[in-house]
Amino acid sequence: MAINTKSSSPLTGQQTPRIAKRIMMIETAIFYVFAVATVISACAVVTVKNPVHAALFLVLTFFTSAVIWLSLEAEFLAISLVLVYVGAVMVLFIFVVMMLDINVARLREGFVRYLPLGLAVAAIMLLLMLNVVTSDVFVLDVGSEPLPKPADYSNTKALGAVLYTDYVFAFEIAAVILLVAIIAAISLTMRKRTQTKYQVPSDQIKVRKSDRLRVVKMPSVEEE
Amino acid sequence: MFAKINFYLKSFLFLELLKGLNVTGRYFFRKKVTVQYPEQKTPISPRFRGLHALRRYANGEERCIACKLCEAVCPALAITIESEQREDGTRRTTRYDIDLFKCIYCGFCEEACPVDSIVETNIFEYHFENRGENIMTKDKLLEIGDQYEEQLAADRSADAPYR
Amino acid sequence: MTDFLISIWEWFHEYVQFTIYSGVKALIILLPLFIVVAYYTYAERKVIGYMQIRKGPNRVGFKGLLQPFADMFKLMFKEIIIPTNSNRYLFIVAPVITFAPAMAAWAVIPFDAGLVFSDINAGLLYILAMTSVGVYGVIIAGWASNSKYALLGAMRSAAQIVAYEIAMGFALVGVLMVAGSLNLSDIVTGQSGGIGNWFFIPLLPLFFVYLISGVAETNRAPFDVAEGESEIVAGFHVEYSGMTFAVFFLAEYANMILIAMLCSLLFFGGWLSPVPDLLGDGIGWLFGKTAVFMLLFLWFRATFPRYRYDQIMRLGWKVLLPVTIFWLVVEGVAVYFKIGPWFV
Repeated sequence: MAINTKSSSPLTGQQTPRIAKRIMMIETAIFYVFAVATVISACAVVTVKNPVHAALFLVLTFFTSAVIWLSLEAEFLAISLVLVYVGAVMVLFIFVVMMLDINVARLREGFVRYLPLGLAVAAIMLLLMLNVVTSDVFVLDVGSEPLPKPADYSNTKALGAVLYTDYVFAFEIAAVILLVAIIAAISLTMRKRTQTKYQVPSDQIKVRKSDRLRVVKMPSVEEE
Repeated sequence: MFAKINFYLKSFLFLELLKGLNVTGRYFFRKKVTVQYPEQKTPISPRFRGLHALRRYANGEERCIACKLCEAVCPALAITIESEQREDGTRRTTRYDIDLFKCIYCGFCEEACPVDSIVETNIFEYHFENRGENIMTKDKLLEIGDQYEEQLAADRSADAPYR
Repeated sequence: MTDFLISIWEWFHEYVQFTIYSGVKALIILLPLFIVVAYYTYAERKVIGYMQIRKGPNRVGFKGLLQPFADMFKLMFKEIIIPTNSNRYLFIVAPVITFAPAMAAWAVIPFDAGLVFSDINAGLLYILAMTSVGVYGVIIAGWASNSKYALLGAMRSAAQIVAYEIAMGFALVGVLMVAGSLNLSDIVTGQSGGIGNWFFIPLLPLFFVYLISGVAETNRAPFDVAEGESEIVAGFHVEYSGMTFAVFFLAEYANMILIAMLCSLLFFGGWLSPVPDLLGDGIGWLFGKTAVFMLLFLWFRATFPRYRYDQIMRLGWKVLLPVTIFWLVVEGVAVYFKIGPWFV
């Protein structure tokens, strides 16, 4: 387990081969439990009728795959998957989906009509996947099993070192593309509406009593 | 320009927030004003308008003459009066009900009463446990009046100079 | 006797031993946390009462000290009402989803040198991830309740938390740049050497940004529009009662304590003494610093009026975010030229 760097026996502090073997076993068990959960929730994403449920299943899929990444000792990726996708992207997704009022009956109307097309796409996908799986490129014994890293090995540091040296140009280009996308999104959606009236909070805050109120001193008038 | 710099300085140094925190911080150490209710009570004005009562004259004759002014003035229509001529030729109520659920304790009945019969006491700690107990009948009102006559008379005389 | 106990212990399978050991460790952290949460609610009512020249709760027990237990028993015996047409399953799951990350985040908090449940390398990231997951409970609760107020509260909360999470993350990036580590214990030991070496001095703007977004993240006043009782009744938890409500409550207060503790760990040297020559380091320092920040949360609530929703968004995106980015640039320069005792 990568997240608990103290993979040795908690009491003695020494790692016997027997315990190491047991830890391997527990890792396998964790992998299978979460792999099954990932597959089931991923299937549920596309089969569940309620879009909010589908989005929540997608969240669960992210979570379980993060756990699988953790067992690969990729703790930085795993945690940033949770942080970015679960914590930010999916929140906005659900935000939008919850606002929609989707008519489930209307969604199911075209089911029979589109069935042949759907089946054709599915068949093509299946063929492609079979082709990939049965080819020699992705067989299991392509490389040797990586050795477990020592306890003080920092995945984050290693990732950063690679990202800012070998792949610095690719990384910067990706950053620029994201920036362009952000600016594009803002410029597409930001339009000044002349009809609607809205408040300018910064102006509201800046208002002082002296801007609006003028105390007028007048001599009092005697009644005749 | 200067105002703008001043504004930025003010907001980024949290000056106004600190002022607010200072106020609440000082109040933290102030003497507390809480009244520990069942044990301590706030003083009650003689004009306090609580539970109703019907008063009697010193000779034991009930004051109410069934003029129905209170019934007429009641904005919540909480008072119901029925009257009859007594053997001695005076008019008295046979029924005098106040529905406490309707009553808004405005004190108009007390103001309207020509003989100071219907009054509001300073009792405010009362409750009902059964349905129908909210209707104060004539008997109940008279009983309260008898019980608190001393207090009621004292309150009236204390307030008399201002009327 | 002890031999007998040891023999029982050794009789267990090693997995079972490990599970029991971890469970006991978790309980040692969480049980005191629950008690602190209970007395934090009491302190909140007392402090706010005192600031409003009231006495606060003082009936149950001596000076009202048993009030949290009275509240707890009341909530435990109340009926859990599930609204009609609500999503039953999600309705019950939502408080758990809020509660679990609030508890899980405590796994990586170091209380003293070496006194930590799980000393992981990416501790800070882990805490950020856990606090950001907590928002799901709020969103699901709002949606599953089938109530317009709850949905509005959930919407507000989601937008607010996403906005402030970014400012908060950037503020923490500043901490990383000084400390050079994501491990919380390393961040604290990086501040050793007296009060002058604590990170709040070079990172003062980031500290304020972190504190403000911490208050906003936990949906506390003046950022509590998610429950805004004056306009949307109680926001996302209108429909909750009894234990389900209590779990939301528990999570909120546990999060507040977490933010307070993180403030003292990341910016105020955690368990380190301000004057190491005179006074030794120790867990007491951490608890003292945390208590100050916890008091600050209550003080804020007693002082500031609630922000309007658009002002919250403006503050998050247009003020806090530029401030953090500006200070990160300043810090980058400082790191490059190795200024002061902090950037070495």
